[in-house]
Amino acid sequence: MTSDIAAILAIDGIATGAVYALVAIGTVLIFTVTRVIFIPFGDIAAFTALTLAALDAKRFPGTGALVVILACLATLIEIVSLLRNGERRQLPRALFFYLALPLAVVGLASLTMRADPPLAIRLVLALMLITPISPLLDRIVFRPIADGTVLLLLTVSVALHFALVGLGLLFFGPEGVRTEPLTSLSTELAGVLISGQTMLIVIAALVFSGLLYLFFDFTLVGKSLRATAVNRTGSRLMGIRPARAGTIAYLLGSLMAGVSGILIAPVNTIFYDSGFLLGLKAFVGAIVGGMTSYPGAAIGAVGVGILESFASFESSALKDVIVFSLLIPILIWRSLASLHSEEEIEE
Amino acid sequence: MSEMFSMTDVTVCYDNVEAVRNVSLSVEEGQIVTVIGPNGAGKTTLLMAAIGLLASRGRLAFQGNDIGRMSVEDRVERRLCLVPEKRELFSDMSVADNLLLGSYSLRDRSGVQKTLDEVYDRFPRLKERQRQAAGTLSGGERQMLALGRALMAKPKLLMLDEPSLGLAPLIVREIFRTIASLRDLGVSILLVEQNARAALETADYGYVLETGEIVQSGPAKDLIHDPRLITAYLGGH
Repeated sequence: MTSDIAAILAIDGIATGAVYALVAIGTVLIFTVTRVIFIPFGDIAAFTALTLAALDAKRFPGTGALVVILACLATLIEIVSLLRNGERRQLPRALFFYLALPLAVVGLASLTMRADPPLAIRLVLALMLITPISPLLDRIVFRPIADGTVLLLLTVSVALHFALVGLGLLFFGPEGVRTEPLTSLSTELAGVLISGQTMLIVIAALVFSGLLYLFFDFTLVGKSLRATAVNRTGSRLMGIRPARAGTIAYLLGSLMAGVSGILIAPVNTIFYDSGFLLGLKAFVGAIVGGMTSYPGAAIGAVGVGILESFASFESSALKDVIVFSLLIPILIWRSLASLHSEEEIEE
Repeated sequence: MSEMFSMTDVTVCYDNVEAVRNVSLSVEEGQIVTVIGPNGAGKTTLLMAAIGLLASRGRLAFQGNDIGRMSVEDRVERRLCLVPEKRELFSDMSVADNLLLGSYSLRDRSGVQKTLDEVYDRFPRLKERQRQAAGTLSGGERQMLALGRALMAKPKLLMLDEPSLGLAPLIVREIFRTIASLRDLGVSILLVEQNARAALETADYGYVLETGEIVQSGPAKDLIHDPRLITAYLGGH
């Protein structure tokens, strides 16, 4: 391997890693706030790419129907639970957030579609259509078992992933898509050609991580999410509703996943089931950060991207094997490290 | 004086064991009421039921409204606040952020900075350490932060669970001085304590809880001279 090839592989790896990093940060966000390891995150990213491809082809994406069905289900469940608890006053609010808002998003998207919108609007539409899915799934699937063990939540999360893959096949069909690059610019750095798309991926990852950092450090809502992650009982005693914090976490997380889906769609061909590997690799990154650290997750995810890039050069067939084999030493190292910190707490 | 908070025939069960049985008590506006009793009598359970972290039977009224079926968060929004025995601080967040989150339930944000300044005036140590993570504070500072954080919510009724637990005598005195001074702010207080003498010296009215039931009650200045209580809880002869 010459240094030129190494540089190209490294840049490629950083770009892929940046996409994983966005998903990994979202995974950490949702895990710390709700204790759910949200496996379907990769699916959300893949669905965003498929949604954008449908919009590009002037077809109304299946995501719309999916959102409508989920919104109706979530509203029904919310109404039943409110009536059972005698909280009739909350009904208008529930109808607004679980029914009116998602339906308005779908309606707006379908109206805008007719006007043949430019790419920028299509990107916004794709993100708008995708973001309600996770919060609605949270209401339908995870809220009723919110007090369950992490293992139960994980098992349900895996089941949900398989359900979503099935729905993906139903709504998007078996064809793979590759969207047009968002930019055709390119530049040369130290003799290596870097495509505009690669730069865009890295910049977008940095910008969104930066925004998330500002949100967590400088807004009350951001701090309330951190508080829920640090101490659930303590935050409830401050009047912070864990369910609402969870919804915000899912909204933000799916936005991150959506952005990563949009960024990766011009680089890789995306199928209805492509999300799994994407989510799993981001998960490996998140584990490097111990599932609790955002910078740790981002660094881990970029590491996974670089490793994958070099692995695919050495042996394309074995690249996933190499990446996931990495998980074993990391888990051993993390479990030793966490054993250590538990001892410190006991002292 | 009007009634701020009352429990009527409240029973709390863990699985099938009744930890608290038919307890009735009330706190008048601006009053400091204490519940004393031995370890395991059900004092913490009582407060957990009052804030809604534990389900209970019986009637819970706050400012005349039945709050028994309300969520914890709804009770906090009505300015019923609990400083739990474990403090439940946000340990890896800064002191300033902990205090700010204390005001989370307030819709009107205009007075938050003023309340924060008042809390810092009351606990200058917290101001000195405002950028430090809450987890790095000493035991006394943590209790001050827990109290300060609760005050940020401008509580009408403040429930304190063992505020003197595990603290050095000098700091215990400081904490009780603070509690007494809260009366001037118009905050009603329900204080649960094992340190019966300090609690009765601070409170207006007291209840004695033993094995989940109220066995005695009266004005604090009478209880403090009660021969049975002196032998059982006040370490006298």
